[in-house]
Amino acid sequence: MQKRSLRQKREARWGYLFVAPFIIGFVVFMLGPMLFSFIGSFTDYNLTSKMNFIGLGNFRRMFLEDQLFWKSLYNTLYFTIFNVPMTTVFSIFLAVILNQKLKGIRVFRTIFFLPLILSGVAVYILWMQLLSPSSGMVNTILSWFSIKGPSWLFDPNWTKPALIMMKLWSAGGAMLLYIATLQNVPTQLYESAELDGANTWHKFRHVTLPMITPIIFYDVITSTIGSFQIFQEAYVMTNNGQGGPANSLLFFNLHMWNKAFVGFDMGYAMAMSMTLFVIVSILTIINLKLAPRWVHYAGGNQ
Amino acid sequence: MAVEPQTMSSERYHGPLSTRYSDNTAITLAQKKRRKINARTLLSYLLLSGVSLVLLMPLLWMFFTSLKPMSEIVQFPPTFFPKSIQWENYLTAINAFPFWSYAKNTIIIAGFVVISNVLSNSFIAYGFAKLEFPGKRFLFALVLSTMMVPGFVTMIPQYVIFSKIGWVGTYLPLIVPSFFGNAFNIFLMRQFYLSIGDELIEAAKMDGANHLYIWSHLMIPLTKPALITIAINSFNGAWNDFLGPLIYIKDQNQYKLQIGLQVFKNQSTTEWHYLMAGAVMVLLPSILLFFFAQKYFIEGMDLTAGSKG
Repeated sequence: MQKRSLRQKREARWGYLFVAPFIIGFVVFMLGPMLFSFIGSFTDYNLTSKMNFIGLGNFRRMFLEDQLFWKSLYNTLYFTIFNVPMTTVFSIFLAVILNQKLKGIRVFRTIFFLPLILSGVAVYILWMQLLSPSSGMVNTILSWFSIKGPSWLFDPNWTKPALIMMKLWSAGGAMLLYIATLQNVPTQLYESAELDGANTWHKFRHVTLPMITPIIFYDVITSTIGSFQIFQEAYVMTNNGQGGPANSLLFFNLHMWNKAFVGFDMGYAMAMSMTLFVIVSILTIINLKLAPRWVHYAGGNQ
Repeated sequence: MAVEPQTMSSERYHGPLSTRYSDNTAITLAQKKRRKINARTLLSYLLLSGVSLVLLMPLLWMFFTSLKPMSEIVQFPPTFFPKSIQWENYLTAINAFPFWSYAKNTIIIAGFVVISNVLSNSFIAYGFAKLEFPGKRFLFALVLSTMMVPGFVTMIPQYVIFSKIGWVGTYLPLIVPSFFGNAFNIFLMRQFYLSIGDELIEAAKMDGANHLYIWSHLMIPLTKPALITIAINSFNGAWNDFLGPLIYIKDQNQYKLQIGLQVFKNQSTTEWHYLMAGAVMVLLPSILLFFFAQKYFIEGMDLTAGSKG
């Protein structure tokens, strides 16, 4: 007995050694910074000369005085509300039509995945051209149907729909998860549904959909967090983060960025980052609370 | 009302009703069913091709635009296929900014990120998958919870830390954090380790090997597919990373391609043929990597997906 616990102790020591990099990284790059942000959000820190406690000053300024804060929050919520359901439905759609036993399906799979692995400045520049009012692809195609397309990135009413369209092209990341799950759905379920006279829609609605709800749940949580973080697209597509026409692309993180790295108003920016953390946490908790109502786990309700 | 066995088999899905029909009717029903299947296959192909076309259009448009003279781009409506092909656009784009030197910088950063990601995540995940120690469940929950923290929450204080220790303006802030693992890759590696039996480890321990040896000499070769997956995804991520260099790189000579392309974009706002040529050049490594290593991109995702639900 004594000998075994000694062995266990040795193994535990090895265990801590192996996970040590994670613990160190967590403390240095996550926990520490978050504590610093928390404390810093109550100060007028500007990186160089001062760090005085100003109580809730930053938050008062944010909620009561900074019109752009509300604008950025509105823009971000607008984007999130459209982006999350649309990308989720699109990913499921792609996964379902890919999940067929057909000749050459691998070719389609390759094509469907290609946009997902492309990211960064090149993609944003590509879309700036596609959305160009006179020479872009989108309006050219619309003109084939005698539709006069909008000015997209130059019209405050169309900037966000333009971005949502762009993200839809490259945001089927969860498609892979859906395909993997679809392949695990027992075929007997479909066979017995067919025996009951189910058509394609019935089979999707009553067999496929319940089986993939855990993945939908995961997808909705991660893409909500992701949508709230939209930054690069807006930064690159609005000339170094100026926010676009009528600030219609000034998203939460872009506003925070401008406060932190243009104005070096670090205290205020950290207060914004804490607000972001609280908002994202609330959204995650809401998702978790709502989950039991519609998420179906194989083998009983949990 | 004897029904031939083969008719039965093709009739299986029609249920009890089909047995009431005569043989002839049953055959026509089977044919109908087959025709219906053919129509559905055709419909599936149409749908798949339509969606593929929509997804590929932006990339085709980018490539065709990169070959056009400006006159074809500004005419209304613009041409779809270029009438006259100008490969020189690529030379102009490459010479418009220090393309090759930025590409070199990008590869250096990506190289370090790939190595550190492969080593750290493999190392950390071994502890979570193969060793027992108090607090393991809690620590692993902590790993997963870091996925839920938005990067922007820690971005500013991280910048403050890096600026205080004098790392701003160097590549270190872009590389060093990847030595400490990240949740997604730890999770992926752990799944892979769990699929490997413990007998090998037990046998090696009998022979007096310690865990460091087992990890470096037994586990690394065995987990090669997962390591390649991490390497490829890390390379793609580092190649396309824009935010990191935007914050930390100040000197023009140290720019990454992403920043170089962004500066080029700001200088030549509507010279779309050059901009598209530049975009093609920057996207090309990702596209090639995807075509040659698609298996690993997909396996990485499947591996994590299999454990959920």
